[in-house]
Amino acid sequence: MTNTVAIAARTGRPATSSVMGRLPEFLTIWVPLLLSAAHLISFSLWTIWISFTPSTLVPVSGWVGLRNYTSVLATRNWNIAFDNLLLFGSAFVLLSLATGLILAILIDQRIRGENVLRSIFLYPLAVSYVVTGTVWSWLLNPGLGIQKLVQDLGWTSFRFDWLVDRDMAIWTIVIAAIWQSSGFAMALFLAGLRSVDADLVKAAQIDGAGPVRMYRRVILPTLWPITITVIVIQLQFAISTFDLVRALTNGGPGIATQLPALVVYDLMFQRGLLGRGAAAAVLMLLILLAVLLPYAAWRHLQRRRANHA
Amino acid sequence: MRDRSFTPSRMLIYLFVLLVAVAWLVPLIIVILNSLRSNEEIAQTSMIGWPLQWAFRNYLTAWSNFCVAQTCAGIRPYMLNSALVTIPATIFSTLLGAVAGYAISLWRFRGDQWIYGIVTLGIFLPQQMRLLPWTIVLRDTGMMNTLTGLVLIHTIQGLSFTVLFCRNYYVSIPQELIRAARIDGAGFFRIFWRIILPLSPPILVVTIIWQFTHIWNEFLYGVTFTTGQQQPVTAALIALSAAVADIPQHGVQSAAVMIAALPTLLIYLIGGKYFVRGLTAGAVK
Repeated sequence: MTNTVAIAARTGRPATSSVMGRLPEFLTIWVPLLLSAAHLISFSLWTIWISFTPSTLVPVSGWVGLRNYTSVLATRNWNIAFDNLLLFGSAFVLLSLATGLILAILIDQRIRGENVLRSIFLYPLAVSYVVTGTVWSWLLNPGLGIQKLVQDLGWTSFRFDWLVDRDMAIWTIVIAAIWQSSGFAMALFLAGLRSVDADLVKAAQIDGAGPVRMYRRVILPTLWPITITVIVIQLQFAISTFDLVRALTNGGPGIATQLPALVVYDLMFQRGLLGRGAAAAVLMLLILLAVLLPYAAWRHLQRRRANHA
Repeated sequence: MRDRSFTPSRMLIYLFVLLVAVAWLVPLIIVILNSLRSNEEIAQTSMIGWPLQWAFRNYLTAWSNFCVAQTCAGIRPYMLNSALVTIPATIFSTLLGAVAGYAISLWRFRGDQWIYGIVTLGIFLPQQMRLLPWTIVLRDTGMMNTLTGLVLIHTIQGLSFTVLFCRNYYVSIPQELIRAARIDGAGFFRIFWRIILPLSPPILVVTIIWQFTHIWNEFLYGVTFTTGQQQPVTAALIALSAAVADIPQHGVQSAAVMIAALPTLLIYLIGGKYFVRGLTAGAVK
């Protein structure tokens, strides 16, 4: 008996000790990664499942098919939110892209104080959207901010009341969002401009190309992969915008600046309609996928082409 | 393109860039000025103006005896909450991300690329898809309305970013270095401690700044999973502006906003370069 144990111990020791010895490293590698991956997959599936149940205040099992989706899609709240997203998304992306590109090109002209300027255009990104939203809500408030200042200066008929104007309120969010994240587009474009092939530029110079032609024909065409990346990231931001609107307009006046993320929160935690809230969250995910999947496919194609070349 | 002289067209460039820079600074300057003006002074004029009398007291009031939702202890307790969530969650997610990034890039194990792919998908998955499951998990584990719950959430969700940053950095370390160390008998942790960590300061700074800024500024989870005295400062700011809607106190509110924004602004001033590196690293995933 003792003999067999001894033999087992002698032959088994190297194997067991290496397995036991590797256990800590095995755990440190896998536990965080598995927790992260498992929460991403299971939480997504969980939310999708809830979106098919008749859950209201608490999650319940049951199957209602697409009823939550059809009722969310039929609400005025969602439709306004979706229209707002289309308007806000495209206006914000186009304008921040243009601002970022112009700033990047100008900063790339070897100007003095480049570092200071770059820091100024990027600092809003270090501040929370709650702070940004609050500050802009003061500046754009007709009784407190810019309108009040100009009227006090003597131009009494001056009007700048988009914040309380149903039709224009969404533009206040566009303004604040551009202020907050054009710097990001600038940083990426600047990195792109700095990596343009110097030989290409030199060759064009020898051919006698002026600065405008140089940008239009030689430099800007090399920037389009970065442009697509910037567009996708800014769209992703636009789709999930919540804090900024919560602090700036809180969806108002009325529901004029409602966005999908606010509808989700409202359904889940203010109306206690978990099933519909989950359905709205899945709809948000679908909108996001409509942007991200083509992008992923494009990236994949680009990589394959690069590997072949 | 290559000269630095002041020709008319270059003057135009300077003029334009400076104008935009001023526009970008105006909101910050206005909040700083307002934080130093008395509530009455702002009420009589507008939010835009030079302080007639410097009201430094606003900061004291905002810090320690301003009322948010029936409690009058200023924003100090909420700043503390934010710190108690942000600092541990930043440390945990960065450390775990560094070890995992090292394992994925240099140690290699079965399934490493798969798990890496799934984990980094977290960068894109909207928070709204995780709100209900987190609610249920926190409720069932008794962590609803606790700072521990927020630390857990931010640690797990932060991994998507920290693993991406660290893996992309470690991938450029030559594999031979690891192989040689293994032949010398060094194990997983020893190599990490002796070889990888000394090479890591640049990426750790990027990761820590990124995590700190994002967790400090986070609002949705804070407002959903905590109430009253347990809220982080971003949620408290919203509660505050709702609470004073009837009798606005814009001077004190501006001071509160400045205090809440100060930690991440300071980090940006000190480590802006690393912050921008994080921004662009996340973008090219």
